[in-house]
Amino acid sequence: MVQVQVERFAYDVVVIGAGGAGLRAAIEARQQGKRTAIVTKSLFGKAHTVMAEGGCAASMGNVNAKDNWEVHFRDTMRGGKFLNNWRMAELHAKEAPDRVWELETYGALFDRTKDGRISQRNFGGHTYPRLAHVGDRTGLEMIRTMQQKIVSLQQEDFEEHGDYEAMLKVFPECTITELIKDGDRISGAFAYWRDSGKFLLFETPAIVLATGGIGKSFKVTSNSWEYTGDGHALALRAGATLINMEFVQFHPTGMVWPPSVKGILVTEGVRGDGGVLKNSTGERFMFGYIPDVFKGQYAETEKEADAWYKDQDNNRRTPDLLPRDEVARAINSEVKAGRGSPHGGVFLDIASRLPADEIRRRLPSMYHQFKELADVDITSQPMEVGPTCHYVMGGVEVDPDTASSVVPGLFAAGEVAGGMHGSNRLGGNSLSDLIVFGRRAGLGAVSYLDGLAERPTISESDVDDAANRAVAPFDWPTEGQAENPYTIHAELQQSMNDLVGIIRKEEEVQQALDKLVELKERARFVAVEGRREFNPGWHLSLDLRNMLLVSECVAKAALMRTESRGGHTRDDFPGMDAQWRNTLLVCSSDERGTHAEVAAKPQEPMREDLLELFELSELEKYYTDEELTQHSGRAGQ
Amino acid sequence: MKAGVGAPGRAQIPERTFRTDGWRVYPLTTGAILIFFILYATVRIFMNQWYWAPEEHYLTPLYSPCLSTSCVPGSSHFGQPMGEIPAFLPMAFITFVILAGFRGTCYYYRKAGYRSLFMAPAACAVPEPHKKYTGESKFPLVILNAHRYFFYGALVFACINIYDAVLSFHGKDGGIGMGVGTVIILINVAMLLAYTLSCHACRHIVGGRLKNFSKHPLRYRYWTFVSKLNVRHGQFAMISLVTVILTDAYIMAVAAGWITDLRIFN
Amino acid sequence: MSYKGNFKVWRGDDTSGGLEDFVVEVNEGEVVLDIIHRLQATQAPDLAVRWNCKAGKCGSCSAEINGMPRLLCMTRMSVFTEQETITVTPLRTFPVVRDLVTDVSYNYQKAREVPSFTPPENLGLGEYRMKQRDVERSQEFRKCIECFLCQNTCHVIRDHEENKESFSGPRFLMRIAELEMHPLDTEDRTRDAQDEHGLGYCNITKCCTEVCPEHIKITDNALIPMKERVADRKYDPIVWLGNQLFRRGSHNKH
Ligand SMILES: Cc1cc2nc3c(=O)[nH]c(=O)nc-3n(C[C@H](O)[C@H](O)[C@H](O)COP(=O)(O)OP(=O)(O)OC[C@H]3O[C@@H](n4cnc5c(N)ncnc54)[C@H](O)[C@@H]3O)c2cc1C
Ligand code: SF4
Ligand code: SF4
Ligand code: FES
Ligand code: FES
Repeated sequence: MVQVQVERFAYDVVVIGAGGAGLRAAIEARQQGKRTAIVTKSLFGKAHTVMAEGGCAASMGNVNAKDNWEVHFRDTMRGGKFLNNWRMAELHAKEAPDRVWELETYGALFDRTKDGRISQRNFGGHTYPRLAHVGDRTGLEMIRTMQQKIVSLQQEDFEEHGDYEAMLKVFPECTITELIKDGDRISGAFAYWRDSGKFLLFETPAIVLATGGIGKSFKVTSNSWEYTGDGHALALRAGATLINMEFVQFHPTGMVWPPSVKGILVTEGVRGDGGVLKNSTGERFMFGYIPDVFKGQYAETEKEADAWYKDQDNNRRTPDLLPRDEVARAINSEVKAGRGSPHGGVFLDIASRLPADEIRRRLPSMYHQFKELADVDITSQPMEVGPTCHYVMGGVEVDPDTASSVVPGLFAAGEVAGGMHGSNRLGGNSLSDLIVFGRRAGLGAVSYLDGLAERPTISESDVDDAANRAVAPFDWPTEGQAENPYTIHAELQQSMNDLVGIIRKEEEVQQALDKLVELKERARFVAVEGRREFNPGWHLSLDLRNMLLVSECVAKAALMRTESRGGHTRDDFPGMDAQWRNTLLVCSSDERGTHAEVAAKPQEPMREDLLELFELSELEKYYTDEELTQHSGRAGQ
Repeated sequence: MKAGVGAPGRAQIPERTFRTDGWRVYPLTTGAILIFFILYATVRIFMNQWYWAPEEHYLTPLYSPCLSTSCVPGSSHFGQPMGEIPAFLPMAFITFVILAGFRGTCYYYRKAGYRSLFMAPAACAVPEPHKKYTGESKFPLVILNAHRYFFYGALVFACINIYDAVLSFHGKDGGIGMGVGTVIILINVAMLLAYTLSCHACRHIVGGRLKNFSKHPLRYRYWTFVSKLNVRHGQFAMISLVTVILTDAYIMAVAAGWITDLRIFN
Repeated sequence: MSYKGNFKVWRGDDTSGGLEDFVVEVNEGEVVLDIIHRLQATQAPDLAVRWNCKAGKCGSCSAEINGMPRLLCMTRMSVFTEQETITVTPLRTFPVVRDLVTDVSYNYQKAREVPSFTPPENLGLGEYRMKQRDVERSQEFRKCIECFLCQNTCHVIRDHEENKESFSGPRFLMRIAELEMHPLDTEDRTRDAQDEHGLGYCNITKCCTEVCPEHIKITDNALIPMKERVADRKYDPIVWLGNQLFRRGSHNKH
């Protein structure tokens, strides 16, 4: 038992996470008049969203007027192999344009079309050029824009209350370790300051989780240290459920060399702007990997593919821009077949396709990244790329309209929420997801608050418990050997990467689960040196618990789903199985998060008018016969 | 150390800098060039002779235009409206004020001077020796904001230099001719023009001050042009400094009869 | 291709501290941040360092390497010789928290003092029209990853703690320039740039530009143009007279 001092703060809404989703949620909550806190593990403006490169999908139709929400909706559902929560996909497609335009009113400066509107670029799986972008630093633009919007709201508050932080305060470098409940409802959250190691307690009836993803459980990843699955684990321990955790997106193009940068992303924008994948024989191999479900939608010759960049109405798009899961698997197969590049990837060539100036203008950060990190000049040499763990489709199961989880007062938006992307996310659909559902989560929290009769309370024992668990890593075990958190983390990453990675097999996933049991046991003896002031070893020890729990969900769900779909590929079950299409795997855990469980549950059938947006022939590739009896194509027969 | 990088709360590091690269090179070389130029120009300006090579029609830029009755015959391309200049004043004082003022207030020379002569700072992340610092926010340095007026002046002088350059195509027999001096003068004028047009004030005036380029397509073109030159403003500043000294020295030598101008034709 | 490299890393807090020597393995293609991470994993588990993306995108890992302000994650080991001793210290302009981590809150304070983007009132969602060439200048400044290396290097505050009060630093003077060049912004911050944010303190010595990892031409494209705009407003009687005569109002919105 430690004697701890805990700073206390009371807010109406606490948003955990200062990425796109968190900031948008906070803006909304503050604009609706609620006192709002934003808590983030890193500095304000550094959240993972800054790394997003390619763009933000919204069917504004600025470049191709044929685009509209229905086309976007269809693309999203196809990309997710029809496992998506269709209501989320619908809301997303409908609301994305307004949310993007809203960013302009906050001061965002997207690249422009000739007539002065927001320019849009091509991306994998999107029928029309659809991604609003700024060169290849779209995420930075979005986060800076919303960061600056928050500052402007704070300036308004300063005018009114004489205090910038009267209504909206950012808690940077502050990590939430526990959610606290009053009965079944959320009542607060426990946290520590990373710099001082001191504890804080948020008393709040509503929490929005916007903590991003889980990629740091994998060795080769494009994700930053923040991605330890905190939000996923916090939700589980608070009694919420996760869905779709078996679906992890491996981005086809990560850097493969030098080793220390392995995994860093090479934006899909490279392919959107004309870059093509080649194997060691110089062949554009993607033409050989167009899967049946996409037959007819992609170009079959190089000539047609090249013509498509110029004339999209009369040509089909290049298979280099197939959805990410397809491309990642194709690269994997090429490398396995011995046609890889010297460092175990394939070649991505833009140098021979665009003039040097144009490459530097359109892809400045890629140019920069390869120049500085790999000594490769992408205007004259091909890049070497290979798959990297990038995004988790799975996340907190939420109500599409309000972003509420099954726990009253707990909301989730952004990468930490599940459902929207089904089994595979299309590039560019995350940034739009953040602003659409970030706003909705903010609104959801506000209306929850408005309907609340009394504020929930926090029991002191919960606070003490949380504090004790937080300082546990400083207690060196009296017996047995102390464990180094860095070692356990490295072993976890290796095991998840090798055994629950891009291609999965029953035995391997089982092995991973065994390894997880071992690691969980060893993690109990993790001990760290030093003091609480900015102690990375301690921080990692606390994050480790979350990673282990979330990895267990991923592995268990991966074991259960005996088919291949989107971001889940089973070597032993290579086909897609229509019976699995509307089955969701739901993960839950006990209060302490020691043990995760996965159960199957059917998904709600798609609303009829939405179903009608698809051709029967396409649906037949994914749906069972019984499911389609209502379709007009069938009914008419 | 209490101030600066030693201020309370900052990491306590006694070393001034850990830089291991050759950070001293820039302030030392630039300082040497600047001091040389200042000395040279001062000496030259008080000489009050050898600025006009009468046979070749070369006029040194340091004395152009020569507007007083003290000027030697032929050197006054624009008449002599100024009357007699008292002996204690250099007769080219107007030229000098404008040229020195232009360079002295130039953003590039400010940088060069602050770094090399005032060590504020000598190099990046190397502590400067000054106790207090207010930069250009207070008198007298706030006057540097008048740079644009010197730019206007320099623009006029650049035109005069062009005119002088045209006159330097004077043949020994009265017709058209050309000597090595002409070439030197031409190069110098080209460098002076590049330096003057690439000026930051110029960039601002031609278009930089606009909020919307698309409503002023012509000014946008000027601005784009000046911006391209502007990237190399510092280089032009240093090159033109050297060409001015060389041109002046050459004309001085020809005028004084130390050397004879090599004629290319006539 | 791996060797043992010599490092000196500053460790301590706001009360005391000093350089500690380390000998660490260095492998091909690594950056300084990799070495710091190796130190954490093997020799100094509580060595504090701030980082996020390890890809030069977030601007968290700012520190000083051999005396030069740099991003730890973008400084390749190959720029040093194998014999060289590499000195890593925290930023020396901001208060230190621990080891390589500094308290950069000064910057967030200054950010708050710049009047925000003020949109035109008559335009609704989707009605903004801006030409690419009109947004390009501000877009350059928006590449900023807020690493605060420029703020750290600027001698105005690095060498003069007392100036922190009146000087916002290159990053935020550039933010003002960005907004002033935004084609649809309606606020005027020109006078404020000089009077409230200390533009006059800048002596255009370009160290900010020299260290900017995004290669933004801060001095040439933001600070000097802002100085010229200030001159228009405050120090140029002719422009002032012109504005009075032609009733251009207080702002150049044409
Ligand atoms: C390299 C890269 C490129 C990408 N490119 C694109 C693209 O072009 N288009 C696209 O649509 N998507 C892209 N994505 C995906 C997209 O960027 C992310 O999915 C998205 O940014 C996630 O945003 P978020 O708001 O959910 O969370 P994040 O932006 O990740 O923010 C998470 C926040 O939660 C905080 N947090 C986490 N845990 C805690 C805790 N315990 N306590 C307190 N705070 C906590 C973090 O500090 C952080 O502030 C890309 C991703 C990567 C990695
Ligand atoms: S140019 Fe100005 S702002 Fe930039 S470092 Fe020098 S003095 Fe500071
Ligand atoms: S302007 Fe450059 S150096 Fe300054 S904070 Fe931004 S990215 Fe960093
Ligand atoms: S002459 Fe150098 S900036 Fe004007
Ligand atoms: S860690 Fe993000 S810039 Fe270095």
